[in-house]
Amino acid sequence: MKAVSDNAKLPLDISARRGVLAYLVATVAIFVLMMIFGLLMRASQAQAFGLDTSLFYQIMTVHGIGTVGAAGLGGAMICWYFLRHYVELSTTVLVLNLVMFVTGVVLILGGAFLGDFAGGWNFLYPLPAMSQGAWSNAAAASFLLGLLLIGSGFLVFYLDMARAILGKYGNLGRALGWPQLFGTSDAPPPPAAVVAATVIFLMNIPGILVGATILVLNLVSLYAPEYRIDALMAKNMTYFFGHVFMNGTIYQCLIAVFEIMPRHTGRPWKINKWFLGGWTASGLMVILVYPQHLLMDFVMPEWMLIIGQVVSWIHGLPVLLISVFGTLANVHRSGIRWNMTSGLLFFAMLGWAAGVFPGVADATIIVNQVMHNTQWVPGHFHTYFLLSLVSMLFGFGYHLMMDMHGDKAALIDRVGFWLFTVGGFGFIMAFLAGGAAGIPRRYAVHLTEWLAYDRAGAIFAAMSVTAALVFMVRFLRNLNKGVST
Amino acid sequence: MQDIAWKVSVFPILFMIGVFFVIYAKSHIAATVDGQTQERTRRSLFIISIAMGIPLAFHTLAELPYAAADLRSGPVQVVEAVGRQWEWTLSRNSFRVGETVEFRVTSADVNHGFGIYDPSMRVVAQTQAMPDYVNTLRHKFQAPGKYTILCLEYCGLAHHAMSTEFEVLP
Repeated sequence: MKAVSDNAKLPLDISARRGVLAYLVATVAIFVLMMIFGLLMRASQAQAFGLDTSLFYQIMTVHGIGTVGAAGLGGAMICWYFLRHYVELSTTVLVLNLVMFVTGVVLILGGAFLGDFAGGWNFLYPLPAMSQGAWSNAAAASFLLGLLLIGSGFLVFYLDMARAILGKYGNLGRALGWPQLFGTSDAPPPPAAVVAATVIFLMNIPGILVGATILVLNLVSLYAPEYRIDALMAKNMTYFFGHVFMNGTIYQCLIAVFEIMPRHTGRPWKINKWFLGGWTASGLMVILVYPQHLLMDFVMPEWMLIIGQVVSWIHGLPVLLISVFGTLANVHRSGIRWNMTSGLLFFAMLGWAAGVFPGVADATIIVNQVMHNTQWVPGHFHTYFLLSLVSMLFGFGYHLMMDMHGDKAALIDRVGFWLFTVGGFGFIMAFLAGGAAGIPRRYAVHLTEWLAYDRAGAIFAAMSVTAALVFMVRFLRNLNKGVST
Repeated sequence: MQDIAWKVSVFPILFMIGVFFVIYAKSHIAATVDGQTQERTRRSLFIISIAMGIPLAFHTLAELPYAAADLRSGPVQVVEAVGRQWEWTLSRNSFRVGETVEFRVTSADVNHGFGIYDPSMRVVAQTQAMPDYVNTLRHKFQAPGKYTILCLEYCGLAHHAMSTEFEVLP
């Protein structure tokens, strides 16, 4: 076993670099398509045109699962790319995950657009089997199997990550930097990417296993309806999987901030006790906090729902005081080289900070009682995912495909940046305002009094989509240059 | 409550935009930064957050909607509420201001959301409607008028059309 303090960077071979490039192309293409779907939904709600309700809900289902999947893929890409510099990850597993992902996507799209499956991305039991004739069991099964395949690919991916990290660091404690956190070692702590990836596989492996279980149970009940699942247990499993997996995506994308911002500020990212303690605490809190999605299920044990609120509040502390504070400290009076990469990553941290507040509000039980499943909920999570995660992904794209090749930003990139940031903020504010006004989420048809919010949301969505298309075209035009080391 | 949630979200968001803008403005010229001052600032923010958060948490947890079902404070009007794709059935559809109504909410098929909207279409209370379970929601109506139940859990292709109304009399 190599010495734990051996944090020398490993070079990425050509197959690894091609694998990462394939992930980047797939992630960006899926995200742009999903953003277009989102724009179609908001525009339809705004009565710019009228989507057939069945098609609206199919698009809603695909948009939900597509963005979750693309976030998973993009997060995995960023995590793998930076972690691969420190531990020997398997390129075969990287490629296998992508193949399983794409196969799963085909099944999901087939189930939705050929089979009319519109059960929502969270396939909440027993809805997949009870459509009142809108879709067949085969369509639902295609969706569920596709998702199971994608989950299986990711499970192998995170198991390989665990193998590689534990192979080098020996045990979980060392990989998490606990000797340094608790003061029993003066050796340098592991790199940020190793600490983060360790927390991520510790969360994602159980999360995916639970998700796979509820997917299989749903599949069984499709064809053997006499086999009934407890609806409350199914809901708990579904939201545990969803919450853990989605948090994992943004935590993985965060690695891009730790690794890339220092190259622009000239200051290393501090792997201090705040950082190490914050990551361990965050991993634990993500597992505990999923009842925040079940606060209106009054039959749940009350202590679990209280934990859901309290841990949600506490969870804001490492986000704001470690990740966001750390970014601001890294940038403050640094003489930073501002460009599209550093700009998008800096904006991403603002997005993450902004998302904490509506999230904490909604996780407060007495607030949740009047805001659960209103547009406040997509307002909150689009703040995290559009303003933060997607911004991190595009920042990483600019880093890999432009900075690393020495390309400079042009006027069109800067226009795209402002369209993305202003459009993104306007888009989420329209959702938050709509939620405060009581507009339900996931409605294909809106009341007349809600249209102003929808129209604002659609206009800002169009700005975000335009920016995303600009970004995609700009950094993918260097596709032939590949990924530099 | 919606107004409070809006303000405690929007004002901090605007504050964070301001903070990021200030840091951006002070980022262009490199200078030595006192790391100890930064750490003291972080520690202070942590302590302030804990000091404010604990009493606030106790305050918000003092009156949970779950406990209301166990309280026996005065007469209660019990209403059976059943959701099914895509309609609501209520055993009563007329109440009085000041009357405590206990909605016993369940579903005959998939998950639904029992969302009560007042005459101005603001959400006043909600709970989930789940097959094989009964969620008990107690609410005391403060204002007369026509109230609407909207479904607040995606339940299929007519989810947006699943609504009913009831009257609250003076």
